[in-house]
Amino acid sequence: MTSVVVQKSSVSNSPQRRALRRLFRHKAAVAGGVILVALLFIAIFAPLLAPYAYDEGDLLANYAPPGERFLLGADFLGRDLLSRLIYGTRISLTVAFLGAFFSFTVGLTYGVIAGYYGGRLDSLMMRIVDVLYAFPSLLFIILLMITFKTGFGGSAIQGPVFEFITRLDARMGGVFLIIVGISVTSWVGMARLTRGMALALRKSDFIQAAVALGANDSRIIFKHLVPSLVGPLLVRVTLSIPGFIATEAFLSFIGIGATPPTPSWGIMIAEGFKVMRSHPHLAIYPGLALAMVMLAFNFLGDGLRDALDPHSK
Amino acid sequence: MVTFIIRRILALIPVLFVISVITFLLMHSVPGSPFAAEDKPLPPQIQANLEAYYHLDESLPQQYLRYMGNALRGDLGPSYMQRNRSVNDIIVEHLPPSFILGLLALGVAIILGIPIGVISALKQNTWVDYAAMFLAIAGVSVPAMTLGPLLIWGVALELGWLPVARWGSWQQAVLPALTLGLGHAAVIARLTRASMLQVIHEDYIRTAHAKGLSGQRVVTKHALRNALIPVVTVLGPLFAALVTGSMVVEQIFAIPGLGRYFIDSVSSRDYPVIMGTTLLFSVMLVLSNLIVDLSYTLIDPRIRLDQTA
Repeated sequence: MTSVVVQKSSVSNSPQRRALRRLFRHKAAVAGGVILVALLFIAIFAPLLAPYAYDEGDLLANYAPPGERFLLGADFLGRDLLSRLIYGTRISLTVAFLGAFFSFTVGLTYGVIAGYYGGRLDSLMMRIVDVLYAFPSLLFIILLMITFKTGFGGSAIQGPVFEFITRLDARMGGVFLIIVGISVTSWVGMARLTRGMALALRKSDFIQAAVALGANDSRIIFKHLVPSLVGPLLVRVTLSIPGFIATEAFLSFIGIGATPPTPSWGIMIAEGFKVMRSHPHLAIYPGLALAMVMLAFNFLGDGLRDALDPHSK
Repeated sequence: MVTFIIRRILALIPVLFVISVITFLLMHSVPGSPFAAEDKPLPPQIQANLEAYYHLDESLPQQYLRYMGNALRGDLGPSYMQRNRSVNDIIVEHLPPSFILGLLALGVAIILGIPIGVISALKQNTWVDYAAMFLAIAGVSVPAMTLGPLLIWGVALELGWLPVARWGSWQQAVLPALTLGLGHAAVIARLTRASMLQVIHEDYIRTAHAKGLSGQRVVTKHALRNALIPVVTVLGPLFAALVTGSMVVEQIFAIPGLGRYFIDSVSSRDYPVIMGTTLLFSVMLVLSNLIVDLSYTLIDPRIRLDQTA
């Protein structure tokens, strides 16, 4: 009887539980989370929710005003704006989650190896990171996009792997290579953060105690080091997701990202902007959708930070 | 101090070297000719002549050395698309609008961001604080692609207060500067608030109050000075972000800046322009980081550069 009580109270007081409770008390974080769940739902069930297909156009109805047939109006090809906005959530959320996943895993692995093993390996690994960090990342992504997009379609780079990537990218409407570009640049900041924390943690008492108890490297890394790193990294990656989403939209906006007719919000803004004077809503609605997703991730990230580090407020 | 600066500048050399190699390799791994579309190739003789003229028939290391040799002497080579102009001409013509836009946006960010952050911190946990921080998080989340069209629609088209686009008069600079600067103002406001909150609970602030200084004097002379250090750290990267971030804004407002030209040269595959602009931006980024590091000592004499290095 008593043991049950003891266990119960220890569970509900664990740091994770307390963090989770703080997160659910954080109004903005909850709002962000609700918006994201709703958007995820919209993205998954897009074919059921959208009144039309995203590439289904009626040229006779181009620039149709918002009304009964097209709730938010139609674009220059007579495609339903609402349907394209709905399918567009798929693009943004794919970029958000895959970009976050890659930058998290690569950054964590790289940073832990450098920070934990230290020494010459660390200085070599960090020198590489420093150089990449100094490279203006948006320019780097643009350069990568030019090389990827023309290189893989062209004749210079060939082989089964590249053919596979080209086909995958085409199937994803040009989004796959954007995710590659984002991942290639964004892991660097994560790696620096991880390495710094790993370096500090390695000297901390609880790791030293584990060493003294004879724990081997893999046990220390996976049982002690990584669990302490996950929280701050999760905050960092959540707060960098809006940047990923904006990058995708930006690349698509300037014409080297997603390929039409992919319903990327960036493409839609670029197309709508051409008729800004007569049909401003065509550029403004996708812009608002973009801002809403970014806001939701920022809210959630802020809440996570406050929840995981109660002293930061 | 002087040895520190020299050491830092020397440390930039390998960084810029690697950046130039990466850019160079990426540009040259793109297949096809920059002179002709894939579907209508040039006659082989003309193609060969053009390649010889631009030294594209040499080996890659040779081409790289030739390019960097010229670049270090300040010559970034010819543009492939506008045959009668050099990359230098293009930069000289298009950098000033970007630079001015960047400075204006930086001004917007600082003039709005710092006071909002300070007020928010002084009124912590009141509705003023909540409203300001909500605005700040919204500001961070609204990209230029959203804000630009919104401002054009609201302020220029509906209200007719300011011109829609182009560059030249001060009226035309207002909307682009706001579009580019507001998001960064939000970042600065949040940062200022956070660091201000830390500082105002320090003992020396209580001392300052206790010896009877006015609240305003304590805030400006004692608290803000220390609270601004973390803010200054982001100004370097921020300025670089403004220069590159101006790409969207220049595109939206039809400003003839370097960012817009860069996008154009990306779509027309004008490699020397892409390469030259990338190098220029990279140099600006690393230099602005350096200047920020040096400016710490001016704000806070306790920070000694030779110790931290």
